[in-house]
Order: sequence, then structure tokens, then C-alpha cells
Amino acid sequence: MSASETPLLEARNLTRRFGGYAAVSEMNLTVRRGTIHALIGPNGAGKTTMFNLVTGVLPPTEGQILIDGVDITGSRPDRIARLGVVRTFQGVRLFPTMTALENVEVGRFCRTRGGFLAALARIPGRATGTEAATRLRAEELLERVGLKDRGQMLASELALADQRRLEIARALAADPKLLLLDEPVAGMNPVEVHEAGELFRSLCREGTTILITEHHMSLVMAISDLITVMNYGRRIAEGTPDQVKRDPDVLTAYLGTEAAA
Amino acid sequence: MLDPYTESVLIFTGINIVVALGLYLPVSAGLLSLGQGGFMAIGAYTAAYLTTELQWPFVVALLCGGVMAGLVGFVVGLPSLRIKGIYLVIMTMGFGEIVRVFFLNFEPTGAASGLGGITTHTTLPVVATAVALTLLLCFQIRGSRIGRAIEAVREDELAAEVIGINLTYVKVAVFGLGAAIAGIGGGLYAHYATFIDPAQFGFQRSAEIFIMVVLGGMGNYAGAAIGAVVVTVLPEVLRLGHAQEWRMTVFGALLVAIMIVRPWGLLGVRR
Amino acid sequence: MVLIQQIVNGVMLGASYSLIAIGYTLVFGVLHLVHLAHGEVFMIGAFIGLQVVLLTGGGVTAAISAAAASAALVGVLVYLVAIKPIRARKGHFLAPMISTIGAGLVLQELATRFFGGEQVGFPVQMDSHIWHLGGVTLTSVQLVILAVSLGLMLALHLFVTLTRVGMAMRATAESMVISNTLGIRSERIIILTFAIASGLAGVAGVLVGMSFNSISPYMGVDMGIKGLAAMLLGGLGNVYGAMLGGLVIGIVEVISVAYLASSYRDAFAFFVIIAVLLFRPRGIFGSTDHVEA
Repeated sequence: MSASETPLLEARNLTRRFGGYAAVSEMNLTVRRGTIHALIGPNGAGKTTMFNLVTGVLPPTEGQILIDGVDITGSRPDRIARLGVVRTFQGVRLFPTMTALENVEVGRFCRTRGGFLAALARIPGRATGTEAATRLRAEELLERVGLKDRGQMLASELALADQRRLEIARALAADPKLLLLDEPVAGMNPVEVHEAGELFRSLCREGTTILITEHHMSLVMAISDLITVMNYGRRIAEGTPDQVKRDPDVLTAYLGTEAAA
Repeated sequence: MLDPYTESVLIFTGINIVVALGLYLPVSAGLLSLGQGGFMAIGAYTAAYLTTELQWPFVVALLCGGVMAGLVGFVVGLPSLRIKGIYLVIMTMGFGEIVRVFFLNFEPTGAASGLGGITTHTTLPVVATAVALTLLLCFQIRGSRIGRAIEAVREDELAAEVIGINLTYVKVAVFGLGAAIAGIGGGLYAHYATFIDPAQFGFQRSAEIFIMVVLGGMGNYAGAAIGAVVVTVLPEVLRLGHAQEWRMTVFGALLVAIMIVRPWGLLGVRR
Repeated sequence: MVLIQQIVNGVMLGASYSLIAIGYTLVFGVLHLVHLAHGEVFMIGAFIGLQVVLLTGGGVTAAISAAAASAALVGVLVYLVAIKPIRARKGHFLAPMISTIGAGLVLQELATRFFGGEQVGFPVQMDSHIWHLGGVTLTSVQLVILAVSLGLMLALHLFVTLTRVGMAMRATAESMVISNTLGIRSERIIILTFAIASGLAGVAGVLVGMSFNSISPYMGVDMGIKGLAAMLLGGLGNVYGAMLGGLVIGIVEVISVAYLASSYRDAFAFFVIIAVLLFRPRGIFGSTDHVEA
């Protein structure tokens, strides 16, 4: 690791309190470009809160967040998305009455231009210029995640696994530098989990850094370059999959004190 | 040539289509407004004042009315970022009434006595053009980048934000644009009715416009247009059956029935 | 006029607003619904009260009782016909409210058909006295209004805090699901809530009629908006907030008429609505609703 390379995401001393309760406490997290970084921990450890903080959904009570060296603490989610950080949601949040294709097309919003005047200037009924490019890219992405023939289906009509894939496609449409995946394989069968893992790996190879939180341990161990373990809002361990597997604090957090002994 | 009665019905239908489409825009982003009467009033009074007092050309005055209404619409749209759902409905109700009370006291446009002697610039071809242009605008928006963004905001604001859509921009834009269109509708109305007073743009007007969109279908601009046609033509149908005094009762009952049977309107939630 | 007199007048006026606002807030508390036909229920109560007085020559008591009973009936009817069928279906979240707009239109026009579209006088069969208390002038009408309003508010307070049914109402307002599991029949509670809310509005109708000496089929819209503003001010779902909210709006209105142009009088309620929504959406005393999405 060269010292001059700025981490893609850096959370410094991040704290988020809800009344008296600290969901996240003095968290430090550094995600390096070109890696798959996993954030794991028991339920209630603060993983989703971290996601919410990093994407601007929640403002931190204390601390700083930097993306590519730019301080984005307190920014709204749309600005953060434009800077290249996009996320998916634990309970998939698609646009239900829009088709799968439209869901992905709208994902391209922050990478395209053109407001009402541009809409008026279109040739009625025909997609040209940026519209055509958007559609093409959307179709490509649908194919990439394995939804090639389901573009015209309404998002609400898709099966859960397909919905998760669609959400990833929509996130990819925004050309993210950093993709945050919040429990992306929950509810998938082993074949689907494996396919998802392959997809994440190839995305990373092509240049998208991934921060993933998951309970599916074998997937996490198989694809992650670095794992950060959280409990009670704090970081309790960090390292490669092998290191984390053996860490006694991690075992305690998940399995209780006897397991570590 | 059409007889005066039919022409009158067609003109009012056209005006109502324009105004309904004006409400449709914010509704398509999930912002329900019960104050379109207020924007209509602003457009009507502005345009009427410009043509009668300052002798400005009709089309220019009409557009100015739209611009005035649109500017106010932008301002009213700003709170819509924080005020949502039922609270937004109430707020727009309050806004509509404030506009009415304002014109009730505004001397330069006649206050309670209203503004009369407006030239009948609004003819059938004018209205037809306005309807066509507004429909075209809605059509163009729907398949476009901004149209998708508007839908996304309606469906799930948070998800829309995390993929990079600026809620402020979208919400304020649709509110302002919708207000401007309502303002143009108001200007068209003023130059056909030849006399306007604040009472014509009060809550009952806002409710009527609201009913048009709700009735026809909140998911589609064609629904708003159809709702406008139904709401304009129905009283005439009742008139044939000598039941015109029951107009509001029929509307009210229709509204209740539609909410029970097809809450998303005649055309439903999808295209 | 002396300020204290203004305030007293404002309280008199506000008491009626409070009764209406309580109705709004009771319904909101139990159904999370803004009942936009409530103003029309108030208006119907006023007219029925008037009819009873005209037909039987009865006094204030007769008018109030008739108004309360008929308004309660109409209110429950509106619930059964226009609200209940919708709640069962999964539609647009504002469908019930939109439906109440429709119901209100129907009620308003029916009233116009039966009672005429004009303002009508409201004769008050009672001895008219005027009291002077420490610089303040009160008419007997005002005293009756105050006594009835405060009495009803007190009765309501006692009802919801001391009786089983009243507590069941509060429980249902807090959580219908949980109260169901405790064996509370929410349907009955809802109907009771509508009956009480509407009954209070009916009484307010007679009081307002006595106060202004006239009623019209269109008074429901006006008072409805003011009641709405009072509810917002006090916090949606907060009964005591509604009581105070109504008084505040009444006082503000009277003072604004005295010191500002009277033609802006009606707009004040709307300004209050907008100000509350912008700066304190939870109302002054806190709402039971999650206001920010």
C-alpha cells in the first residue's frame, strides 16, 4: 500500500447517538480502493447505522466522513451519490410501480443531465441522444445482474432475489466508485448466493470498491479482502478473513464467552 | 359552426383540463395540493389586470400570469421539503385561502367587488392550443430523465435520494411548474368569464380541481384530463335531467364511491 | 376596548373552536385521519338545533340536546358510509381523507337543499342580562356558551380518565392493535369516538348560532378550517392541546380584528396553520403522530 494513496472511504471517530443510546461509538473505518471490505457483527452492532451515516441518510453526532479525501460530513445523500457512493437497502427499496428497466434508468440520474427544458426538446416518442444511451446502459446492467428478460416487469412483480439484483443494477447505473451492499444475499438460496459472490468479485475487478455487510459468513469469508467486526457500536476486530476467524473477541461477540475458551 | 352552448362547454372543459394537469404535476411527485385555486387566482388576476388596465397583448399577459403563479408556486413548494402527506394538504388549503383573502382586500384589482370588463380573448382555438401544449408537456416529461426522477420521488423519497436525486429540485420544480400551469388556466378562465372575483377561486375551486385529478387517476396525466372532462360535463348532463342543483352532491358521492371502489382513480395507479 | 375585554371575548369565541377542534383531534387520535367533513357535521347540528327551536319553541337546552344527538348520528353515519369501507382496503393513504371531503360536499349541499342557501337568523329564547365584572362586560349568552363549553370539556376529561370506556378510548387511540389484543372492541370505540366528536361539534353549532345570531350552510367550511388550525396548534391527537388551541385562536382572532383590519380576520387561522406547520409541526403541546416522515 503506497502511503500516498487516499483511502476511498474514511470514517474518523464516528459517533451517532439516539437520545442516550449510542448506536455507533468512536468508529474508525478505512476502505481502500479496489477491495471488497466487509462489515460484520451481531444484530444491533451498528452496521446499518454505519451505512446510514456514510451515505448521508443520518447525520453523525460526532466525527468525520471523508470520501476520496473530501469531507462529506453532514452532506445530503444525493450529493454523496454524485460523489460516487451508492447503496442498497436491507429491505429492498425499489420503485414498485416502475418497470425493472425504468428503475435502472432512473439510477443514471446523477450521471446525466437535462431537466424540463431538455424533456420538452425531445422528439416525441423517440429516445435519442442521452435518452438512448441511458436505455442502452440500463439494458446492459440488467443483463449483467442476470435480469435480461425481465426489463418490462414491474419491480413489485419480481421475486425477492431478482429484486435484490435489480437494486444492485440500479446502484451500478450511478457509476459508483464505492458500492455499499446492505445484506444483499439475505433470503437467497446457495446457488444464488454463489452467483452473487461472483458478481461482486467481478465488479471489484472492474474497479468498483465494495463495502458489504452480511450475516452469511461463508460468503463474507470467501470474497472479502478485509473484514471489520463491530459490536455495540464499536470496532472490536479487523483483519483478513483468516485473522478474523480466529480472533477471540469476534468469537465472544458471536457465540458467547465459552466459545472463545 | 358550433352553437354557443356547446362551445362554452368545450371551452370550460379545455380550461379545466389545463388546470387539472397543473395539479397533476405535483401529484405525480407525491405532493397533494388543495390550493390550486389560489394559483389560478394569481394567474387570472395578473393576466386580467395586464390586459384591461395596461392593454398588454393577451398571450403576453397570459404568460405573465403563469410566471407570477409559478414564482409563488416555487415559494410554496419550499416547505414541501419538510411538510409531507396530510400536513402538506392542509398547508396548501391554508395557502389557497390566504390568496383568496388577499385578493378580497387588494384594491387595485377591485377587492371584493372583483375585476370586470375583461375582453373575451379566450376562444376555442386558443383553449385547444393550450390543452394540446399542456398535454404535450406532460407526455414529454413522462418518458424523460426528469419524469423518471419525479416518479422515483413519489415512490420512495429515500431511495431516490441515495441514487442521487435532489429532492429540493424535483419538489420545488413540480410545484412551481404546476402552479404556473394553473395560473395560465386562470388567465384563460378570466378572459372567458369576463368577470372575476375572489369567491370564484376559493376552497370549492381547489376542491373541484382536486376531484378532477383524484377521479381520473393519480398515476397518469391522461387520468387528470379525463377527470377534468367528467367534472365539467357531468353538471351539464345533470342539467339535462334538471338535476343541476345536485352537482356538488353527485361529486361528493362520486368521490366517496371512487375512494371505496378504486382509490387510485378511474385510470388506476399505473399507466 | 380594554384588552381584558378582548381576551374574554376571544375566550368565548375560542370555546366553540375548542369543541370543534376536540372532535377533529379525537378522530385523528383513533384513526389517524383528518376528518374534513367535521365542519359540515357542526353545521348540521346548528341547523337541526334551529329547527327544533322553531318547531317546538323550546329553549337553549332543547336546541343543544337536539343538535348534539343529531350531529352524533350524522357523524357516525359519515363514518359508516364514507370512512369504514375504505379503511378495509389498501388504497392511497389519503383515500379516507379524500372521501371525507366528498362526504362534506354532500352534507353541505343537502343542507342547502333542506334549509336554503341563505343565512338564517338564530333566535335565542332566553332572558338577556348583562353583567359587569371588574371592567369586563358579559352577556348571558356568552356565559351560557362558556358554561356549556367548559362543562363539556370537563365532562370529557372525566370521561376519558375515570370511566372504563373512556380509558378504552385512550388505549385505542394509542394503539388499536394492542388494545385489540386486550379485548377492546375497536369498532365500537371508533363509533363512540365519532359520536362524541360529532356531538360536541353539534353543540358548538348551536353555541355559534347563539353567539352570532345567524347560521348558514357554508359556516362549516369556515369553522372547519379554524377547528383544524386549533387542532394543529394543540398537536394532532392531543385533546387538551385542542382545547387550548381553540382558545388561543379565538383570542388571536378577536385581538387581530380589534387592532388590525377586520377583513383579514379569517386569514388568521390560515396563517396560524402555516406557521405551525413550518415551525412547530408537532403543535405547541406535542402530537401523537409522527410528523416528520
